[in-house]
Amino acid sequence: MLDLILKGKRMDNRGPLDYRHLTIVPGVIEKANGSAQVYLGKTKVLAGIKVQTGDPFPDTPDDGILTVNAELVPLASPSFEAGPPDENSIELARVVDRGIRESKAIDLRKLCIQPGKKVFVVFVDIYVLDYDGNLIDASAMAALGALINAKMNAYEVKEGEVSYKDELMPLPMKDYPVPISSAKIEGSVVLDPCLEEEQVMSCRLTVTTGKDDRICAMQKGGLGVFTVDEIKQVVSTSIAKSRELRAAIIEKVR
Amino acid sequence: MASQKLVRLINQSGLRVDGRRLDELRPIKLEVGILDKADGSAYIEHGKNKILAAVYGPREAHPKHIALADRAVVRCRYHMAPFSTEERKSPAPSRRELELSKVIREALEPSIMSEYYPRTTIDIFIEVLQADAGTRCAGITATSLALADAGIPMRELVAACAAGKVEGQVVLDLSDIEDKQGEADLPVALMPKSNMVSLLQMDGSLTENEFKQALEMSTEACRRIYEMQRDALRSKFLVAREEIAEKEEVAEVKA
Repeated sequence: MLDLILKGKRMDNRGPLDYRHLTIVPGVIEKANGSAQVYLGKTKVLAGIKVQTGDPFPDTPDDGILTVNAELVPLASPSFEAGPPDENSIELARVVDRGIRESKAIDLRKLCIQPGKKVFVVFVDIYVLDYDGNLIDASAMAALGALINAKMNAYEVKEGEVSYKDELMPLPMKDYPVPISSAKIEGSVVLDPCLEEEQVMSCRLTVTTGKDDRICAMQKGGLGVFTVDEIKQVVSTSIAKSRELRAAIIEKVR
Repeated sequence: MASQKLVRLINQSGLRVDGRRLDELRPIKLEVGILDKADGSAYIEHGKNKILAAVYGPREAHPKHIALADRAVVRCRYHMAPFSTEERKSPAPSRRELELSKVIREALEPSIMSEYYPRTTIDIFIEVLQADAGTRCAGITATSLALADAGIPMRELVAACAAGKVEGQVVLDLSDIEDKQGEADLPVALMPKSNMVSLLQMDGSLTENEFKQALEMSTEACRRIYEMQRDALRSKFLVAREEIAEKEEVAEVKA
């Protein structure tokens, strides 16, 4: 495989900038407010959204709350063990969270029910079902698909009490962030690494971009190092690729 | 102690709340070898950050099954003292501390020649005694010195510094208020001689050009910090040499 990469080819005949086949199926979990199942090559990730009410944070009394969690469930890989979230699942959740939060994808102000007292809490739960590489991108795409798919009950506030109407409305979305992860293997950089590529890569750089080509999150991972020029190149490529995938995701989920 | 209200972060003269220029570092103080029991240690003050880094190792791997046949296992624990932040922080490791422990380890491990010590662990402990933004960077800078103090062979030192964006301008080395109210934060760690980046994270909003500016600013600052690290190591060895000279004088007198 290393031989192939040095010649600019990959095991599955992909070019260095090609993503694997992507399928997103929205609304697979009817009891959740929103959901989406992503198939990225053989990687499978399911994201579910639950919207509930709760107390706002004291320093942001007018804003709803976003919370992202990820589970690397043991059935997804021989290397995943049952137990509390490990550093990989925490990093995964926090990088996906950063993309959504920093791009202000959800208009949290519109999720305020009563300032200082009651807000909507959007729980984004990422469930990795089959690990064949690039969990960050697959998980964030599942989360994004689920957010676009999500519906919540319209409501009104009467005498401090929330009453829900039958009418459904979407989550107030303002942006659609998409992370692009690149793997450095022997001095070459490839996008959307599959599992075998991740096992030989020296390091990985994820760049999350919003709809205005603004970078909202970045994360280097792995024990290797990047040159400054490699980083600039990866950022450039990622911004362009993010545009391409964003359009594809929105189209598939509508 | 009161909660911070929104203030102008950059004034008309282009100076920041603490009087710094846009590309100016906060004052840094470095001390090497300040703990007795640890194999290596260092203390950093970077602005109002006060951080202790300690290294234990190479030491026998416990539990045995985590040992690697061909190199040392490097472990890292980044932790904040409950009194280090404005609001008391629970001592239990938070998700943020777990993520930072991972990225800090990944920032330092490339510099460690771990293949010299198979079947051992090298344990890094970073305790943030007072936090004012940029703790992961200051922690990396101090830990590199602690590793040197422990005599662990390294390819080179790692220096780290964050850049960011505040009121539309790219600035170097965010302070706490700038991190909270600003538009972007970009921590970077650099191995300056080989010019390789071992830590890169970002949150906020940057255009591609702003990102390039911020990256250049932070890597250049890492090079300046690297010079300070070398000075700190030199003076530690200077002090050690003086102690040896004194002991020899005393021995001569006794004899």
